[in-house]
Amino acid sequence: MEYFLQQAINGLTLGAIYGLIAIGYTMVYGIIGMINFAHGEVFMIGSFLTVIFITVLGSLGIHPTFTIIALVLLLVIPFTGVWGWSIERAAYRPLRGSFRLAPLISAIGMSIFLQNLVQFLQGARNKPIPVVVPGGFTLVESDGFPVQVRWLQIVIVVMTVALMIGLTTLIHRTRFGRAQRACEQDMKMAMLLGIDVNRTISATFVLGAGLAGIAGVMVAYYYNVVNFYDGFLAGLKAFTAAVLGGIGSVPGAMLGGLLLGLIEAMWSAYFSIEYKDFAAFSILVLVLIFRPTGILGRPEIEKV
Amino acid sequence: MPGFPMLEVRGLHARYGAIEALRGVDIDVAQGEIVTLIGANGAGKSTLLMTICGQPRASAGSIRYEGRDIAGLATFEIMRLGIAQSPEGRRVFPRMTVEENLKLGATVADVKHYDADLARVYKLFPRLEERRAQRGGTLSGGEQQMLAIGRALMGRPRLLLLDEPSLGLAPMLVKQIFATIREINAAEGVTIFLVEQNAYHALRLAHRGYVMVNGRITLAGPASDLLANPEVRAAYLEGGH
Ligand SMILES: Nc1ncnc2c1ncn2[C@@H]1O[C@H](COP(=O)(O)OP(=O)(O)O)[C@@H](O)[C@H]1O
Ligand SMILES: [Mg+2]
Repeated sequence: MEYFLQQAINGLTLGAIYGLIAIGYTMVYGIIGMINFAHGEVFMIGSFLTVIFITVLGSLGIHPTFTIIALVLLLVIPFTGVWGWSIERAAYRPLRGSFRLAPLISAIGMSIFLQNLVQFLQGARNKPIPVVVPGGFTLVESDGFPVQVRWLQIVIVVMTVALMIGLTTLIHRTRFGRAQRACEQDMKMAMLLGIDVNRTISATFVLGAGLAGIAGVMVAYYYNVVNFYDGFLAGLKAFTAAVLGGIGSVPGAMLGGLLLGLIEAMWSAYFSIEYKDFAAFSILVLVLIFRPTGILGRPEIEKV
Repeated sequence: MPGFPMLEVRGLHARYGAIEALRGVDIDVAQGEIVTLIGANGAGKSTLLMTICGQPRASAGSIRYEGRDIAGLATFEIMRLGIAQSPEGRRVFPRMTVEENLKLGATVADVKHYDADLARVYKLFPRLEERRAQRGGTLSGGEQQMLAIGRALMGRPRLLLLDEPSLGLAPMLVKQIFATIREINAAEGVTIFLVEQNAYHALRLAHRGYVMVNGRITLAGPASDLLANPEVRAAYLEGGH
């Protein structure tokens, strides 16, 4: 039981991170009906920028934990946001209206370019990061098995919940959110109401990239090591989460992320840690075959 | 009666790939008028309204609105100049409430007018107020039509483009919609360009009319003249009324 609880806590943390990345996939799909294949690398840049900024801040003598967390986030979010904006401008907008695979190919091109750039600048080996949020506490202990919660896990889950509340408010209560939903439901009509559709699409890419950047920061703290190759796998997992929850649905992305995180944690605990990726991608294949609309997705026919 | 020229369309062409849907259209709408465009299905009426709004772009010719050439502007820029359209098929946002749809209609308007404009639309269409929290996709055809017109009005347009507001509605409801269009024009001074297949009602309502055949204007004149014209009667009014 204690072992299960421990895995649930770890799975929840991982799931929150998958969910944050998955939102970028789902929002972009919702508005332009295409998968942003360069999205995983946005997350990876978030992690690498974290390494760089921590080093820089450290050399400036800034060390206290919460200052570092806040400053790194403030520095990383704009960078990843700009990268999200660039993906849309370079890979998606010029090819809008051409055959459907064209933007996907150019997005994959951008993501390979970025992987190689980071590999070239930062090297192919794992980069270690100092521990930024140390410590934790024991939740319960019985039969000599302590259930540990790291402070960082609390930070990750609380921050994710706060971001979800903020995002939901943004989508449902603000002018931008309304414009965004209008574009999702009928882009031509949105234009006829004077909505600047290009700007709304750009903002959607930026928003998704900002969240992926935050996930990148958290993962760097969580695993204390980053690699130029991380974006690919995490991207694919988050994409799985988005499909599982129902691509196009923001609550679905979060739910899919949580489920995937939990499944992965349980799978590695009770079956085999080597094959945990196998579990994630089996889910992707099964969902695509048996329920392509995912848990909370709408059937495609409703799309105008 | 007619004021200064509001909309001047000259030699307008528009195409969808290889199909040329507009082949040199000339239209004038003066400030304060109700002008109608009638024509058979596929004549190019909806294309004309959409081309005025920049979707598709004009392939040749000019569109002047309040003296300014708007043919090169992006759709959202055109709609910010005081033109609104209730398009073919109504295009109500299906997963948004009536009130959210109306709020989106107010995108181009100053927020300080919002409450008064909402009250005014609800006064024109009390049915919408009853359904304010209902999703657009669950409304009846008539209610969706009211919402599409109401949403267009929320942008405080000086020129209102209406594409077949009577389509698919019961005769009672058609009467009501047309009475409301007259009221919008008479009481609020909104200029109206109305596309209709329901030629009888449209010509009764409008000051002037145009007839479109295969992407060209074939007849133009005061609505009462067109209503009496044997050619028009044979082609568009036969059997009805
Ligand atoms: N989106 C489109 N793509 C291709 N052809 C179109 C499109 N919309 C309309 N058309 C064609 O353009 C012509 C004019 O159509 P339309 O403007 O809808 O006529 P109307 O509104 O008078 O019924 C028709 O031949 C129609 O098939
Ligand atoms: Mg039409």
